[in-house]
Amino acid sequence: MNHLGLIIKREYLTKVKNKSFLIMTVLSPLIMIALIAVVAYLTQLNNNKQRTISILDESGQVQSVFVNTDNTTYNVLSDKSLDDAIALVKENEEYGLLYISEKISTSSRLDSLLKLETTFYSEESPSVTLISSLQTKIEKKVRDIRLNSVGIDSETIKSTEAEVVIIQESFSGEKSSKEGNIAKLAFGGLAGYLLFMFIIIYGNMIMRSVIEEKTSRIIEIIISSVKPVQLMLGKIIGTSLAGITQFVIWVILGGVAMIVLSLIFNIDLSQLSTPQQQMLEQAMANPGTQEKAQMLLSEIWNSVPIANLLIMFVLFFIGGYLLYSSLYAAIGAAVDNETDTQQFMLPILMPLILAVYVGVFTVIEDPHGTVSTVFSFIPFTSPVVMLMRIPFGVPIWQQLVSLLLLVGTFIFTVWFASKIYRVGILMYGKKPTYKELFKWLKY
Amino acid sequence: MKDLLVADSVSKKFGDFTALNNVSIAVPEGSIFGLLGPNGAGKTTLIRIINQITMPDTGSVVLDGEQLQAHHIRDIGYLPEERGLYKSMKVGEQALYLAQLKGLSHAEAKKRLKYWFERLEIGDWWNKKIQELSKGMAQKIQFVVTVLHKPKLLIFDEPFSGFDPINANLIKDEILRLREEGATVIFSTHRMESVEELCDHIALLNLSNKILDGKLDDIKREFKTNTYEVGLNSDNKTSLQKELAQKFEVSPANFRTVGDELKLNIKLNGNDSPNELLTYLTNKAQVSHFVELIPSANDIFIQAVKKN
Repeated sequence: MNHLGLIIKREYLTKVKNKSFLIMTVLSPLIMIALIAVVAYLTQLNNNKQRTISILDESGQVQSVFVNTDNTTYNVLSDKSLDDAIALVKENEEYGLLYISEKISTSSRLDSLLKLETTFYSEESPSVTLISSLQTKIEKKVRDIRLNSVGIDSETIKSTEAEVVIIQESFSGEKSSKEGNIAKLAFGGLAGYLLFMFIIIYGNMIMRSVIEEKTSRIIEIIISSVKPVQLMLGKIIGTSLAGITQFVIWVILGGVAMIVLSLIFNIDLSQLSTPQQQMLEQAMANPGTQEKAQMLLSEIWNSVPIANLLIMFVLFFIGGYLLYSSLYAAIGAAVDNETDTQQFMLPILMPLILAVYVGVFTVIEDPHGTVSTVFSFIPFTSPVVMLMRIPFGVPIWQQLVSLLLLVGTFIFTVWFASKIYRVGILMYGKKPTYKELFKWLKY
Repeated sequence: MKDLLVADSVSKKFGDFTALNNVSIAVPEGSIFGLLGPNGAGKTTLIRIINQITMPDTGSVVLDGEQLQAHHIRDIGYLPEERGLYKSMKVGEQALYLAQLKGLSHAEAKKRLKYWFERLEIGDWWNKKIQELSKGMAQKIQFVVTVLHKPKLLIFDEPFSGFDPINANLIKDEILRLREEGATVIFSTHRMESVEELCDHIALLNLSNKILDGKLDDIKREFKTNTYEVGLNSDNKTSLQKELAQKFEVSPANFRTVGDELKLNIKLNGNDSPNELLTYLTNKAQVSHFVELIPSANDIFIQAVKKN
């Protein structure tokens, strides 16, 4: 056991003292922040671009709907032929020309869908968002015109509209909402994704460190002092500790840098956000949403089983990580150099990627459906999938059974990996086949 | 003399391949024991079994009267043939780490390392990385790490490979000194001249079987053929050679002299004594050279393996 401590210490210190570790640890958050800042800057640049769009409306009925905004100026043309208009737009170097050719036919009976064809002329093909915003504007106006023609005022229509809210409540009385579910998904997704990244990054690191011992030929000197299993476990634990150190530093560094940067440059963090977040913020800006936001927060606090999630996160994280990293160690032992690892990587990556896909597509759709449930029990996918499911409330017995299966499989893979490991580390020369690996189990 | 290490009918198979077949060896305490054999004979497998790296399928190994077990790791120092060190780790740190794995405390390991580094005049390497050192330099450090915990049994697999003659000699003297201090040495090599120089016992493995073992002197006695190498000065060498050929089994010999005497190997029959031969020869010619042919370790190795 004393040996295990020594090995862990060496692995940890070697990793942490390594220059590339230091550089990676310090630079990664800086690079991330720089990247976000650049994206934000570019987005702002894009949004602030001024456009002038000319409108040639032969019907004269629609043009009133085009009102200038901050970024777009509408220039309504009249009494011009289409060719003249195009020539004018070109000459003025405007963005484009919207041409509405027909009159909107109105009758007292609306019995069929009106099909209105308009044309947008421009130098380059316009963005999808621009076209759809024009489309929406025209459609809305045309609808109003047609409603008017049968004597219905658009204000009347508006006054008949209703807002429907569906409150979700489980049989046991737990309330939830759509926004709450999104938050739960974010919690679970983050946990699962973190594990996935951790396995890939640090599993590879373990594999490389095993290969290094093989190629530097120190391995035989070491295993004449310690048992191969001890060496393997020491490597896995030491490397993981280095990984956790890196993560902690990132979290701290990232947090500090974010605050400092936003203070110095006064970057409005909301401008860095994704469209979904913007939507969320717009919703917040509406009257009454203040209250809603508070409800959401308290809902997350009450319904996302935080303690449960944290405990299970730690347990599944350790279990899943050890499961995969022992396999990485076995691969490292089986080959002589990194280029030979490819054929063995696939069977490891497949279940991992599958887990993330199941997590992202199926758990969102139906967190307690058959597929989600089954995959949250299979040990190779359970760490990711179960962590994504837990925020939606998974019965404790399911969590425990899944954990038990995971631990059982983990013990088996460590045994399996250590068998391959103890034979593999002393084998040099040709790349082994799966058949040979299987034979090694019996040595 | 008691045996420090006894391996009793050890067998090991890797799949269908038999690496060791019922091999027994006994290494007397305080001896330098040569473990010899052509490539792939099973030497390394046997050494790994003694080091508990590989487990034997059948058979047992006893060290110092006790069945081999985990704590014996501290009693053995092993310098493998395939050896290296962490390339990017500093020499001192690395040596300390390996010494601690063998059960030495940090302070004790440091003290002993200082002593050895002084002794081998490598003190100023402490803070260098292995990748900055030459192969021979790294080998010296490996040697130090192997002997640092003062093991009862030292196992050297090709210890001289990678050393220049001066350093090889230095290491040889260190091995002899360690033996003086009471260590027992198992020595595996292909270099027969160093076997000749160092070993008092040998075991020869071939194709997974032990084909020969014992004291080197006894084995030589067993392999010698009662043949004498003679140099004769005579006026008529041709007739002398013919005459001798009628009486003994004679073949031309090849050794270095400054004269141009007749050089012959003369094999005696079981009951002839060398004295009789010498008397006979002195009557016929001027004897300038008379040596019994003792087979070298090299000859024994080749003969035994061929016969097998």
